[in-house]
Amino acid sequence: MRVKNKRNMILSIAAVLLCIVYLFILQMDSVGHSYAITIIERSCIYAVAAVSMNLIIGFTGQFSLGTAGFMCIGAYITGILTIPVEMRDQIFYLYGMADWLHDIKLPLLGALLLSGIVCAIAAALIGWPVLRLKSDYLAIATLGFSEIIRAIFGWDGLGRITNASYGVSNIPQFANIFECVAISIVCISIMVLLVNSSYGRAFKAIRDDDVAAEAMGINLFRTKQLSFVVSSAFAGVAGGLLAVYMRSAVTSTFTVALTYNILLMVVLGGIGSISGSILGAFIVTGSQEWLRFLDKEYTWSQVIPGLGMDGFGGFKVPLLRNGFRMVVFSILLMLVVLFWNHGITGSKEITWDRLINGIKKITSRKKKTVSEAE
Amino acid sequence: MLEIKGLTINYGGIEAVKDISFTVPEGEIVTLVGANGAGKSSTLRGIIGLVKAKSGSITFDDKELMGESTDEIVKNGITLVPEGRHVFPDQTVLENLKIGAYLRKGNLDEDIENVYKIFPRLKERSWQAAGTLSGGEQQMLAVGRALMANPKLIMMDEPSLGLAPIIVNEIFEIIKRVNEQGTTVLLVEQNANMALHIADKAYVIENGRITIEGTGKELLMDERVKKAYLGTTAE
Repeated sequence: MRVKNKRNMILSIAAVLLCIVYLFILQMDSVGHSYAITIIERSCIYAVAAVSMNLIIGFTGQFSLGTAGFMCIGAYITGILTIPVEMRDQIFYLYGMADWLHDIKLPLLGALLLSGIVCAIAAALIGWPVLRLKSDYLAIATLGFSEIIRAIFGWDGLGRITNASYGVSNIPQFANIFECVAISIVCISIMVLLVNSSYGRAFKAIRDDDVAAEAMGINLFRTKQLSFVVSSAFAGVAGGLLAVYMRSAVTSTFTVALTYNILLMVVLGGIGSISGSILGAFIVTGSQEWLRFLDKEYTWSQVIPGLGMDGFGGFKVPLLRNGFRMVVFSILLMLVVLFWNHGITGSKEITWDRLINGIKKITSRKKKTVSEAE
Repeated sequence: MLEIKGLTINYGGIEAVKDISFTVPEGEIVTLVGANGAGKSSTLRGIIGLVKAKSGSITFDDKELMGESTDEIVKNGITLVPEGRHVFPDQTVLENLKIGAYLRKGNLDEDIENVYKIFPRLKERSWQAAGTLSGGEQQMLAVGRALMANPKLIMMDEPSLGLAPIIVNEIFEIIKRVNEQGTTVLLVEQNANMALHIADKAYVIENGRITIEGTGKELLMDERVKKAYLGTTAE
């Protein structure tokens, strides 16, 4: 047992070092590696959002779909408070920025913290009526909330604060890749600590059997509320990070589609597994990029030389075309959900022991087939 | 220790419990027996606050618990082993036990050891998911989990439900042992024969009312009880 622990420790340290070295290499030539850097940053931000969603859906069993709404709040707060003061008149040229707000500028960390706090308060207020609902009803109510938030931020009447439908832009970006990755790691670590505490046990108890949980003296409402507030706060932070990453915050980013995208990462990775959500975030974000080659327009004669036709009559029928990436992506997803319906990791966490056992199983199976063939 | 006076509980429009009064003295085993739907489970759920009682009073150690929330009541030292066991299936035996002590702070190791001493079989299965245990083991886990809260009064709802006769015997032995270690027991049972044998005091509930009361032995000899709950074996 102790030998194993030591081995796992060494493996973990090695993996962390490897990641740091890799990030350093990327950072050394940040212009040349800008594509890789954007993918990693985006994956990290979505990982925070996915883990925060997993906290309420996967660990507490409350089907809340308000993530995009909270991300919207976070994005606007972080955005508005970090734009350089001298650029504000230019951005808010139509409405003019509210005087009391005009000279308030916060450093990134302060703005993110404030985003989290505001989202937590908002969640506590909404949670009061909404968390008494169950499953479908809760999903519908939170979905509605998320759209209301979007409408409020895009409303003309708040133009002096949110710049209404124009959104806020020119948000200063991350100083380097480490800033984004480190903030994400800190956020996820806090949630891991919460899940492993006695509160985390109470979350899982409510998810598994709310009657028994209540009989154990767990206050259902207060515990759900805690999970919802923490989850929303980190969704807000993720929204703030996303705004910094995109250098802008516009309401059209935070549609229901964003919530579904994050839900997808949670389901793909494994509901109730934090490492699964992180993996899901990287896979979904990454594969949306890697499948980009499908978006190029190919014609039939390019693929099958000598066919001599690219369509019928006057119509051109291309083999691949813009948007085909999403078709393939959706089919891949369906396959995963059909044949791997617990997600990649199931509800368990990825550990070195599981990884090594998995590899052993695969290699031994190969050996077997080789020996059978002989 | 626990005194119920004039407890009335409405359950979806029907009066499940009608003006019930009884007492549970400290250190004893008290049992409520009765047929299906007589109001036994509702009484327990009313005491622990899972169902809001309509009227009456529930005094525990001279403290009025009527209208308190469930977590307040559990904090005061009452726990419920729910009917149908209700263990957390995807969590390990150890995790289940830890949830039982949710409202307590401090070191749990000693209490976990104590539960394992009463249920050696749980110790063997400490890392197993609770859903993979047999029915009897799940019932033991449910009792062990309730004991983790260090209750003064443990209430058990049909602990013998759906268990093989040999396991039922074992469960009743355990109930006796738990009681001998100083925990007061309020037991609800359909298996009147077993329950009356170990009970110090017993109440028969019919249609939400207490109709017969006495010591366990008295009720075992009572003609009406014999006829309705024990089968009419003429002795």
